[in-house]
Amino acid sequence: MKSRKKKNILPETRVTPSRFRNTIGKYTVRRNSRCISCGLCAKLCPYGVHQRYDNFNKSLRPVEHKCIGFKCRGNDFYCIDRCPEKALTLSLNPILDTLGDYRWTDEMLIAHWEMAETGNLPVVDLEYSLGNSGGGFDKIRFKMTDTESCPGPADEDIDMSVLLNKRADGRPEKTISMPCYGGGMSFGSTALNVIVGRARAAKRLNTLTCTGEGGYPEEFVPYADHVITQVATGLFGVREKTIQYAPVVEFKYAQGAKPGLGGHLLGDKVTPKVAAMRETVVGNALFSPFPFHSVYSVEDHKKHVDWVKEINPRVLVSVKVSTPSDVDMVAVGIYYAGAHIVHIDGSYGGTGAAPDIAKKNIAMPIEYAIPKVHKFLTEEGVRNKVCLIASGGIRNGMDVAKAVALGADGVVIGTAELVALDCVRCGNCESGRGCARGIATTDSELGEMITEEWAENRIVNMYSAWRKQWCRILRQFGMKSIRELVGRSDLLIHLDYLEESERMKYQPAPHKKLVI
Amino acid sequence: MPKKYQVPVKGAPPRFKPIGKYTTIELREDCAGSCRKCVKKGCIYNIFKDDYKHVAHMAEPEYLYACQSCFRCVQECTRGIFSRVINPEYRSLGDDYWEADVIHRTWYQAHTGKIPVSGAGYRGPFVGEGFDSMWTDMSEIVRPTRDGIHGREYINTGIELSRRNSRLSFSENGSPVPEMTPIFEIPVPVMLRQPEFGVLSENVLQAAVRAAYFLGTMFFINPEYYSANLAQFANCLVPCLSKHNYLDFLEHAPGIRMIELGYDNEIGGVISGLRAMKSGLIISAGVPLNSEAASRAVDLAGFGADTIHFYADSRGRELDSENPRFIKEMIREVHLRLVGKLIRNKVNLVFSGGIAMAEHVAKAIICGADGVTIDIPLLIALECRLCYQCKDGNACPVKIGEINPDWGKQRIINLVGAWRNQLIEVMGAMGIREARRLRGEVGRSMWFEDLERENFGPIFGEKKVSGLV
Repeated sequence: MKSRKKKNILPETRVTPSRFRNTIGKYTVRRNSRCISCGLCAKLCPYGVHQRYDNFNKSLRPVEHKCIGFKCRGNDFYCIDRCPEKALTLSLNPILDTLGDYRWTDEMLIAHWEMAETGNLPVVDLEYSLGNSGGGFDKIRFKMTDTESCPGPADEDIDMSVLLNKRADGRPEKTISMPCYGGGMSFGSTALNVIVGRARAAKRLNTLTCTGEGGYPEEFVPYADHVITQVATGLFGVREKTIQYAPVVEFKYAQGAKPGLGGHLLGDKVTPKVAAMRETVVGNALFSPFPFHSVYSVEDHKKHVDWVKEINPRVLVSVKVSTPSDVDMVAVGIYYAGAHIVHIDGSYGGTGAAPDIAKKNIAMPIEYAIPKVHKFLTEEGVRNKVCLIASGGIRNGMDVAKAVALGADGVVIGTAELVALDCVRCGNCESGRGCARGIATTDSELGEMITEEWAENRIVNMYSAWRKQWCRILRQFGMKSIRELVGRSDLLIHLDYLEESERMKYQPAPHKKLVI
Repeated sequence: MPKKYQVPVKGAPPRFKPIGKYTTIELREDCAGSCRKCVKKGCIYNIFKDDYKHVAHMAEPEYLYACQSCFRCVQECTRGIFSRVINPEYRSLGDDYWEADVIHRTWYQAHTGKIPVSGAGYRGPFVGEGFDSMWTDMSEIVRPTRDGIHGREYINTGIELSRRNSRLSFSENGSPVPEMTPIFEIPVPVMLRQPEFGVLSENVLQAAVRAAYFLGTMFFINPEYYSANLAQFANCLVPCLSKHNYLDFLEHAPGIRMIELGYDNEIGGVISGLRAMKSGLIISAGVPLNSEAASRAVDLAGFGADTIHFYADSRGRELDSENPRFIKEMIREVHLRLVGKLIRNKVNLVFSGGIAMAEHVAKAIICGADGVTIDIPLLIALECRLCYQCKDGNACPVKIGEINPDWGKQRIINLVGAWRNQLIEVMGAMGIREARRLRGEVGRSMWFEDLERENFGPIFGEKKVSGLV
């Protein structure tokens, strides 16, 4: 019998508030001029909406995103009623109309900011597990069970680790401590402090992050055990040294948001530092071609894999492809060419810049691709020899669990990590000086808005909150390890595939017409 | 090798400030009035720069066309006085087919000639009605194009509008008949069509016709609007005629290379008569896209029409039906009927109505069209807001009738150029180098119902809800 695994050591969470003074919450709490600054509200509110410092007795602006809203009404600490001057008003925040979209709803964004701040699931009534897209993950639910009351193992005793090398080929049997790792974001598209912060978070969480196709800044070296080197079609910044640093090398054939199109870094973002790293000219737009011009067959691809394996005898190889209709065949080919990780990137995934026509229309959503590839690899008899990683449109903790149940070993997260860093998904990562919020930019001013430490804490916090969600699901099904959940699509239901009477038992898919 | 076709785009800024999506809301009683840190001055997009109004002088909320929605002003104002809502005018812009977002993007493309690019992932619904329930494929195994979008490997978007002989024909003595059908090509699968409403002034027509002429595509025109001023562009004009007026029109309009005849029962005779009279003339038949469309297509192919031009309504729906099907299904029906009769290659199918975005062009071709025509997007390119005031005889809020034809021409060229580039994007990803090869190539697409059945069926069983929602 296997000896009992020792307790997992969970990373510490540290409260890390937003960088912006006015936070955006679901509700607004306004204080009008009748306020006499008596301080009662600050004493009453257990959620910290009203703050007051010992040596400062003026009333401060309410911390609105902490407010639990109208459900507070019955409480004896409901500030709106208790205020002796009736100086407080509570309303739904009208700005929600302008925030979020069908996939990442306003509430999902706000909830993720809260998770990133506290490391806990939000107490405000926010729908953070379901988007408004009306299909895919938003219509898939875990089956209801009656075992929810069972205590089950504590969070620390639940194993979230994923084995990356199942080939038994003598290379390290590397595991990561949660079923997620960070997606590729290049130096050039994203602020240096952000990507280094992600690497620091990956180290604390014992998982990985990826360089993207932008070279390997020196700042990554202390975290080298947790940084994947990406080899993409432009081969920017790929050197023998950076292959040797890496625990995993990722070949990027295509990206879900723009399959078949290659990358494009606009000239504005090619600052002297970026140009030096990529060995190019300052201010000139950089194209990553599509496809690898040296790969036109599985044999060509194998040559690439062999080359990397030769340079670094301890490296694991991941191959990232998007999701065309023959993605299952591609996945098998990847396995036979010697890869350890098959990474499929669905069409609704994030990007620093992609034509809107490509994001919407090319290749299939990841919800279809995971079961397709999982099934085919199983039928080929190689499923247990390869680690299947999914990405592209996996937004929240629940999506991760659903992806795993559909057949993935783990997922890659990009957008959600940026949302943890206060991204509002405005979509202007690429134009002009880049991201106005200091995330996806190399601008000399905007690029310094974030510190490494802040980014690290926010990301660790968000994953810590997600982990609580995963533990809840595993306990519900009496599981102790995320590996037991892999491919258990029998535990899922899809609303459209249920009889009316059954469907009524589940939360309906959010369905709201938005002004886009 | 033929000359590579390119559409030169050039900025053509709007004449009127376009309707912005957002409106600022300011709770001004809290504002200190002269804050040195005012977030309006700090906007990284400088959207307040041109019309920065000090709060004390601001009479009305500012509608922000250029606002990129970064929320920094909202989150950084020291007094927290900012909020934003969606501009009520934007809410009422367009309708549920011609959505405000579609109009905005069309404006952007007509203004800049660039394809809409953005960061972050797709933001829309998982699946939608009409063209939104199919995806185009990409190619990981079949050889994709080498940097097709950057022009390193040329992707040809040209299509033909002329009929084809399916086999060689022989005379009685056994020698091959040397008569070849003319070959008539256009370099983009998008043709322009005179809109059914709008202020169709001389300037507007000039803009559209000159754009078509410049692009090398065709402009379908109502003969009543033909004037001698357009004669120099006769090359690109397709007058939409009937059996009553075609002879008369052809007599007075020299240089016409292609005409369209409205469908009626005697069209077969008219076509053969015209053939005898003007053998080089390209003849299109204009047919309403209704339940009889497919059988009429078979007839028309037999009559020797070059092109069959089907008209759906402005939202891409089947005509004369209580439960209209969408143009996507209609294209499939017509295309497959001709394929079944082994005559698909003889004629060309052009569809009109509901083509609102570049992706619709690619998807219509995948469904089986050779090309499409657009009308409403032309008006939108000229800043139309689809308010339909002109239908009631009211003045156009953006004075479309008074445009400078050269400006209008550039706006339309920009739009078609941007669409063509997007078509090349998806074709490049699919590994297809010829628009003609894309026709009916459903193997390069994925359909919602199929994906659900193939991938979710084995897991969740039988689908209990039909349709999309």
